[in-house]
Amino acid sequence: MAIEVRIPTILRTYTDGAKAVEGNGATLDALFADLDARHPGIRARLVDAGQLRRFVNVYLNDEDVRFLDGINTALGENDAVTILPAVAGGSV
Amino acid sequence: MKYDTPLEAVGNTPLVGLPRLSASIDGNEAGAVRLWAKLEDRNPTGSIKDRPALHMIEQAEADGRLTPGCTVLEPTSGNTGISLAMAAKLKGYRMVCVMPENTSEERRELLRMWGAEVIPSPAAGGSNTAVRVAKELAAEHPDWVMLYQYGNPDNAGAHYAGTGPEILADLPSVTHFVAGLGTTGTLMGVGRFLREKVPGITIVAAEPRYDDLVYGLRNLDEGFVPELYDASVLSTRFSVGSADAVRGTRDLLQQEGIFAGVSTGAILHAALGVGRKAAKAGERADIVFVVADGGWKYLSTGIYTAASTEDAVEALQGQLWA
Repeated sequence: MAIEVRIPTILRTYTDGAKAVEGNGATLDALFADLDARHPGIRARLVDAGQLRRFVNVYLNDEDVRFLDGINTALGENDAVTILPAVAGGSV
Repeated sequence: MKYDTPLEAVGNTPLVGLPRLSASIDGNEAGAVRLWAKLEDRNPTGSIKDRPALHMIEQAEADGRLTPGCTVLEPTSGNTGISLAMAAKLKGYRMVCVMPENTSEERRELLRMWGAEVIPSPAAGGSNTAVRVAKELAAEHPDWVMLYQYGNPDNAGAHYAGTGPEILADLPSVTHFVAGLGTTGTLMGVGRFLREKVPGITIVAAEPRYDDLVYGLRNLDEGFVPELYDASVLSTRFSVGSADAVRGTRDLLQQEGIFAGVSTGAILHAALGVGRKAAKAGERADIVFVVADGGWKYLSTGIYTAASTEDAVEALQGQLWA
């Protein structure tokens, strides 16, 4: 079950410059763990103490996961995840 | 409909069903999910911003903040400035707009046409920078009146008193309301009204997500949240990239014949997102979304006639479209 993950410029140092990578996981948390196995260090930039970092926004099919189930949001086939640094109108 | 003055013609816009786009939603074969467009481009200056602009001016007049001969100052990416400039012209105020330099030429021309003075703000930081520059100008000119759409409760108030009740009167079965998240005034005003009247209503925000070119210019510490914003009014929030906004704008034109601006394409993308979720869950949905303005001000981008969505997206690179 491949999920497309779009990576912001600021995190592409972990993905050899790739704008998008594929990952697997039944939840966002599992997906980030899977990504970290191939792109070591990326999870720590996204997750802190088991929660999404404050200045990171994550979208499932363009929908803000903070309005879904946060890091425990369930993922399905053909889903697309977008990671963005929080800017105007961001996470607060 | 007859009105005694042009300004009285603000509001009371049509709500139209979109049968083709509704039918295009996966899993909606039974037609239980219906999309409805609130045509705010039918306001006098062609955008939803006529509502908050007029309401903010009239409330400021009522409480004595605005008096004859005053100068009105506003940071704007275009539409609010255009609406304020028209009202200011009819009412005899001088209008000064602070607008990001990377907005379309049509917007600057329209502002000049209504007699407004335009002070460009640097492209970097977009609307955030325009707000900062306007606040600096307001401090330098204490006699100027900044209505400040980002923090003025009368912005949301215009939608609480007008847009929201109109939607409920036309479509009592409404289940979702989708609008763009800029000043947040539309979502806060309509959202609060519908939450009071419609149990279980879903309030959906569509935020513009610019390409890396625009993002690259931003300082991440610059995140700006409008004073009007109250996250508890929203049920969910979508972030819509330029490609999906352009695709939505072109689909609206091709499938339903509605000629809308680019931010409306982003709003449609979010409306289709909640529509798909409702169809998948087997739920009935009457989804109202806002057509914020017509496409006229974006014609020069070439997105409506580009051969493909990819070409259209290319044409829009680096521009603020919401």
